[in-house]
Amino acid sequence: MASQSTKLLIKGGRIVNEDQSFIADVLIENGVISDIGQDLGVSNEAQVIDATGKLVIPGGIDTHTHLQMPFMGTVSVDDFYTGTRAALAGGTTMIIDFVVPSKGESLLVAYDRWRQWADPKVCCDYSLHVCVTWWSEQVKSEMEILAKDKGVNSFKMFMAYKDTLMLEDSALYFAFEQSKRVGAIAQVHAENGSIIAEKVKELIDAGVTGPEGHLQSRPESVEAEATHRAITIAEQTNCPLYVVHVMSKSAADLVSQAQRKGLVVFGEPIAASLGTTGAHYFDKCWRHAAGHVMSPPLRDDHTTPGYLMDLLASGDLHLTGTDNCTFNANQKALGKNDFSKIPNGVNGVEDRMSVIWEKGVVTGKMDACRFVAVTSSTAAKVFNIYPQKGRVAVGSDADVVIWNPDRTRVISAKTHHQACDFNIFEGMECHGVPFYVIARGQIVRDPHGVRVVAGSGRFVPNPPYAEIAYSRIRRRDQINKPRKVEREPYKGEAITINNNDNASNNNV
Amino acid sequence: MASARTPLKKVPIHLQSAQLRVFIKGGRIVNDDQSFTADVYIEDGVIKQIGNNLVVPGGSRIIEAKGKFIIPGGLDTCTHFEQTCYGTVSPDDFYSGTRAAIAGGTTTVIDFVVPEVNQSLLDAYKRCRESADAKVCCDYLLQVCLTDWNDKVSQEMEVLVKDNGINSFHVFMANVGDQRAFPESVMYQVLKRCRQLGALLTVHAENGCLIEEKTKEVISHGIAGPEGHVLSRPEEAEAEAVYRAIALASMVNAPVYISKVMSRMSADVIHEQRRKGKVVFGEVIPAALAADGSQYFNRSWRHAAGFVMSPPLRLDSTTPEYLTDLLANDDLQVTGSDHCTFDANQKAIGKDDFRKIPVGANGTEDRLSVVWEKSVVSGKMDINRFVAVTSATAAKIFNVYPRKGRIAVGSDADVVIWDPNSTRTISASSQQQKTDFNIFEGLTCRGAPSVVINGGCVSVDEDGLHVTQGGGRFIPAVSGSEFVYGRIREREKLNKPSRVVREPYSGPALSYTSNGTLESVKVVSPLPGTEKGEEFHNRVTRSGGRNLQDSSFSLSGAQIDDNVPQRAGMKVSQPPGGKSSSIW
Repeated sequence: MASQSTKLLIKGGRIVNEDQSFIADVLIENGVISDIGQDLGVSNEAQVIDATGKLVIPGGIDTHTHLQMPFMGTVSVDDFYTGTRAALAGGTTMIIDFVVPSKGESLLVAYDRWRQWADPKVCCDYSLHVCVTWWSEQVKSEMEILAKDKGVNSFKMFMAYKDTLMLEDSALYFAFEQSKRVGAIAQVHAENGSIIAEKVKELIDAGVTGPEGHLQSRPESVEAEATHRAITIAEQTNCPLYVVHVMSKSAADLVSQAQRKGLVVFGEPIAASLGTTGAHYFDKCWRHAAGHVMSPPLRDDHTTPGYLMDLLASGDLHLTGTDNCTFNANQKALGKNDFSKIPNGVNGVEDRMSVIWEKGVVTGKMDACRFVAVTSSTAAKVFNIYPQKGRVAVGSDADVVIWNPDRTRVISAKTHHQACDFNIFEGMECHGVPFYVIARGQIVRDPHGVRVVAGSGRFVPNPPYAEIAYSRIRRRDQINKPRKVEREPYKGEAITINNNDNASNNNV
Repeated sequence: MASARTPLKKVPIHLQSAQLRVFIKGGRIVNDDQSFTADVYIEDGVIKQIGNNLVVPGGSRIIEAKGKFIIPGGLDTCTHFEQTCYGTVSPDDFYSGTRAAIAGGTTTVIDFVVPEVNQSLLDAYKRCRESADAKVCCDYLLQVCLTDWNDKVSQEMEVLVKDNGINSFHVFMANVGDQRAFPESVMYQVLKRCRQLGALLTVHAENGCLIEEKTKEVISHGIAGPEGHVLSRPEEAEAEAVYRAIALASMVNAPVYISKVMSRMSADVIHEQRRKGKVVFGEVIPAALAADGSQYFNRSWRHAAGFVMSPPLRLDSTTPEYLTDLLANDDLQVTGSDHCTFDANQKAIGKDDFRKIPVGANGTEDRLSVVWEKSVVSGKMDINRFVAVTSATAAKIFNVYPRKGRIAVGSDADVVIWDPNSTRTISASSQQQKTDFNIFEGLTCRGAPSVVINGGCVSVDEDGLHVTQGGGRFIPAVSGSEFVYGRIREREKLNKPSRVVREPYSGPALSYTSNGTLESVKVVSPLPGTEKGEEFHNRVTRSGGRNLQDSSFSLSGAQIDDNVPQRAGMKVSQPPGGKSSSIW
């Protein structure tokens, strides 16, 4: 293994940032990009990578993973080692995972637990979102501590999973308000949990117990309704909103409309919603259908992936995650007789970059610069770590991917690095694969394979008040103060309400 | 001679004039992607260093920028200096116009070459360059207006793109002032040519026919004042043309740029089409962000006429706010001023007929402050987005990024130190623009440039405005901007017409006789030489036999049946002679 001080020189590649691309060499020293320019000199100790004809892009940032996540009675099989290893193999050099405290649990305790799980295992840098699953004064004050001292600038609220993770509207309002006060971004899993609970009962009663019931119990309008509600609450609290896993056309439309009205809303489609559809829930093979179970579900409207990609390309949706939360066949089988017991989650952390390249760039919907924006730069801005991450520039972290747009790879569970035995993108041919992946200055993937060290990744604190969200919010706070009209007091007649609720005339 | 030059080089740097070395301390640098606090050092017209604790040569001019923003100088995508309209010339020429631009924080403008009817594009370009080069105070780019389409135009477009630094062409879809509407039927060819050349077509989108009819109606109602201008150019005429332009462009797989989006309807069209993946860009002018069409109904003729521009400001009073929202949200991308001023006496050409009022209003000086006031102060966009809409995105579209539109090492030293705490009230009495009217009269803007550095020289400071006539340069724009053409090129590879290989149809088919009437059913044999297929072959010889000597091959590709309307086949449900549905 090369030592930390090794110099690395990437020669002849085309550097692609979100705003421009140009051909130049990149010199990496001590885990940081130290120089960019034409014909950089080669000193003896520098390892040289020839990147002629390749793209040099910032390493991907996966905004949404659930590694090693205890959920529905079991734990997702990709832990912080295999998950981050798979991420690196696919060209993602940073993940943002979720701390999910159980109801009643201290957020700080849960946060520490997650840090202890992750720190010894992670192979790439990571940050954490914290979920708010219940509400109390304690939660409120812990949110402030997390934002101020613990490097958390985003809190996620569930509007689904009734009785376990779901927050009621009033608690949502408080959580949004507090997020805003501490300079964090409010994230929502937008699905109407109460409707889903009823729908599940109906379907089970009707004898629909297979994975197709999962889709039918969570229709598109249920996602759209919750998205609209979240937007309304965000508007009323003047809090920046981040809708995680936008899965449907109608939810995406709402996010896009809200922005046109000027709200600060970010929409995150995931690799799964951009790469495949809900037709799989009707597959005859139970394992195949169950392998696609996630919430919100993939949509059976087959135009959805293309539509979401169009919106991602046009700037109506902004960044991409994966919701990577993988379960093996035997775990999925917990729900073999009842779809509502199938652990929710699919893979993607390794496949995201290639899937978006294939569905976005190869189809001509977005250019390479926009690809960089949606896979890393915008995420880095929203989580306030730009340009440390998300840009190939002097002084940025040496998280760099040398992308080969001319090679292809066929995604398959047999060859992927994710720990699970199933891949929702099975058989998809992607034109565009990572050639070299460099994380913090270390080559972790080259044409010979993946070489990673558990625990070599670091926790990246996300500072509050991200400019991309909060500079507008703060200005609006100054403008939108409640207005009061000074009036003469009313002196005419007025009725008063007696204790026994009878109205009667009363002279002043 | 040689000895005369040498001493110049020997002067130590700290003794040379400090005019070209500027050190900006303590400001917050704002680019379209991020902002951070750092010092900037400028030398010889280029940004040389950015960072903290910079080592700079002695004798540099030090400018304190604490509490202020350091932003890239504005790029005004649309100015019409020295424009002729109804025989009168706009008083703002390339000198006074660019001077006013600099005063307002704009350091690059894009002007238009307007050829006269039947004039060579190259001649018009050269004349425009001559006039501009001698006068401009800041850097400029040019777009070339197209007025007609023929082979010569097509060739000249190539010369302009390849050798003359032009990467965009402009067409008018309706008559505006002296500009005649571009023939609609050849828009397709122009877009195709632009795609081949990697150039961008910018369009003035209004439906000319609709406007013509509406104008007649308005006149017939006896309306001759400026309100007739807005009544005769409805929102629908604009939105329809925008839609048509985008549709044509997407058919050709070419990008298109809509100049001057003035209405909610057309903004919505652009937004919808962008969501569908069309490569279209929308430009908003500050007038549309700050004023609405009620101005045309002002009792003062001079006031109302001052607002006459095309497309006009809209009667819907929510338009400015809506356009600002969409601009903040990247549904619209850039701002240009459409600066084209006329004095009262010039506007008065149309005092009895709104159709003769010279079209245009001011804006190049006011653009940055107005956009700031309407969008940043109102909390609709952040400062990074402000930089994007006033310079960075335009620089990307016209392919001069990051030379323009970014504060970065190696970029041109076009830098504005923006003071968000100063206020400036716009007024015709205090403006640099050379006209007696200002459409933003009385608008107080809470944000103004305190220092403007233009090409490395301090052009605006506390002592006022210092510019040099002819000090600006023409910036050649390279074709094939990645921002515009990246996706187009990828799609070219994909969208080839697909063809299905089929057995030739050999069943019964109707055909037209040469006089256009339908012939009765007959079987067209696929084999040549049979008596039924005789019209495909040479005429019979004089003696009545088959002509086997002359070739039916023609160099021009003409076919013997060219006079017969093409028709692949026709389904007939009730054929003459009765229907037959069974095999006999």
